[in-house]
Amino acid sequence: MSNIVLETKKLTKYFYDPIQFQVLKAIDMSINHGEFVSIVGKSGCGKSTLLYLLSTMDTDYEGQLYIHDELITGKPDKELAQIRNEKIGFVFQFHYLLAEYSVLKNVMLPGMKLGKLSEKEIEHNAMEHLRTLDMEDQALKMPNQLSGGQKQRVAIARALINNPLIIMGDEPTGNLDKKNSDLVFDIFNKLTEENKQTLLIVTHDTDFAQRTQRTITMEDGKII
Amino acid sequence: MNFKLILNIAIHLLRARLKQSIVAAVGVTFGIAMFIALVSFMNGLNDLLDGLMLNRTPHVRLYNEIKPSENQPISLSEKYKNDIHFISSVKPKDRGKAIYNSKAIVHFLKQDQRIIDVASKITTPVFFNSGTIEISGVISGIDVTAEEKLFKISDYVIEGNVIDLEQNNSIIIGKGLADKMLLVKGDIIKITTAKGNLASLKIVGISQIGISEIDDTSSYTSLETAQKLLGEATNYITDIQIKLFDISTSPSVAKEFQEKFDLDAIDYQTANSQFETGSSVRSIISYAVGIVLLIVAGFGIYNILNMMIFEKMDSIAILKATGFSGSDVKWIFISLSMIIGLTGGVFGLLFGFAFTVIIDNIPFNTASLPTISTYPINYDPLFYIIGISFAIITTGIAGFFPAMKASKIDPVEIIRGK
Repeated sequence: MSNIVLETKKLTKYFYDPIQFQVLKAIDMSINHGEFVSIVGKSGCGKSTLLYLLSTMDTDYEGQLYIHDELITGKPDKELAQIRNEKIGFVFQFHYLLAEYSVLKNVMLPGMKLGKLSEKEIEHNAMEHLRTLDMEDQALKMPNQLSGGQKQRVAIARALINNPLIIMGDEPTGNLDKKNSDLVFDIFNKLTEENKQTLLIVTHDTDFAQRTQRTITMEDGKII
Repeated sequence: MNFKLILNIAIHLLRARLKQSIVAAVGVTFGIAMFIALVSFMNGLNDLLDGLMLNRTPHVRLYNEIKPSENQPISLSEKYKNDIHFISSVKPKDRGKAIYNSKAIVHFLKQDQRIIDVASKITTPVFFNSGTIEISGVISGIDVTAEEKLFKISDYVIEGNVIDLEQNNSIIIGKGLADKMLLVKGDIIKITTAKGNLASLKIVGISQIGISEIDDTSSYTSLETAQKLLGEATNYITDIQIKLFDISTSPSVAKEFQEKFDLDAIDYQTANSQFETGSSVRSIISYAVGIVLLIVAGFGIYNILNMMIFEKMDSIAILKATGFSGSDVKWIFISLSMIIGLTGGVFGLLFGFAFTVIIDNIPFNTASLPTISTYPINYDPLFYIIGISFAIITTGIAGFFPAMKASKIDPVEIIRGK
């Protein structure tokens, strides 16, 4: 199997509302296994849009998307959901934890959806992830009892639960102060160095981007 | 699909909005409880009224009707066979009310597998004499044991004992008649038959059916006493009453016996068609009201689910982002709705049962219904099955549309929209 985790061929996207506007212009890119890649660009350059296409949540585009050399474009909703569950972990700007579940259950949920391990094993793994992120003692709290930085760490633990091929982040530090964003960066860095975890992070924090292994800069829907 | 996980998520969403969910479930509970109470009460009432009629009415009655001969002499004539006959001033022929060969017919009927039992009867108009006035009435000579078995006549005897009719020259008279003539049990009543025969009978009981027209005129005596009264032989009877195991076959059985014995036969449905109409209209009304209540409850669920989906947009987006497909999300909301429906429905059945028990214990004393002391209730389990199925179906449909909406939510739009 090749070393390429994610590859796009002539990825093009239009927005139709209010007027037709080409956001992404035939983007070709690929990400190798174990890379820590950041995408930067001015706001409105299409970097978030690109990330959502890569995440399989947005299917309204032209061109092709490959994950592990497998063509993803045109697959039905159910299979895409399966791929997101198994192969992609997400970290968003606004943590997006489920308010109805405890921290531990939030981390366990994608694992339970995948259903490959027993609940006990998933719980064990979740606790392991929380431990490496220093969140072990918060496991039984509800998300609204946590600070922003803590929530983001829970979101990272959740992204890791199914050992995904790639973790995608949409401005994961955008809502955090300097101290917390450094913490999140360190966690990401540790993941690539120790576990060879592939990471793709969209950010407008140039400081953050400079420290990653590779930076993709976008402007007007193109990679430069 | 992992239903356990979906159910778990649905329950968690429900708990987060416990008050609203309870309100929605109470709507269903109310609807189902009222449905059960209403239908049980209405059907109890129907059974009571049907029973009132059916207990007194034979399923098939064989008798002789006064009517013109079907075959007039000219139609028997070979000569005018192919002509059209005009006969004016045809008069009915009195064949006598007696059923000929009655003993053989009764014996034959008793062998029939479809028949529960047969009761012979004599009905004849009489005058009850009280001082100088005469009151017209009807006397029914009955086969006491058969009549009791088929029509539970003792239910209507409010004073005295039906078995006492077996004594010679005894009579049970209607309550209205007794009141009018100031007679009580133990008194002697004088009777004149249509043919002028006079007789004195001892009152051994008072009956009350609840229909004053009947209570004012009717009286019962034994077959033998009636035959003596009329000066007829012991094979004289005017009616043969039949009860069948399968009541729905009565029209065809009536037709069969009519041809076989050359008698007139009437089935209970023809004799009491207005009862059937009343029963079915009452049933339709109670079902309609119950179903309307449930539909209103369904709208409540629809509203609450819609609101919940609006509130839980973020949760739906995150579920989708972490690998739940549109149909998973749809099933989460459908099961959420079903949980509300099922809990509401089960409580509805319990409350409905409680209501019916309460109604069943409310005193209901009316002079017209001597055998009834509380409001009638029908505890048919079918109503409970209909109730719970309807709760599930309505809430399923009410949940389906919001669930479809939730399944179509685009997570990108919500995640970007922040």
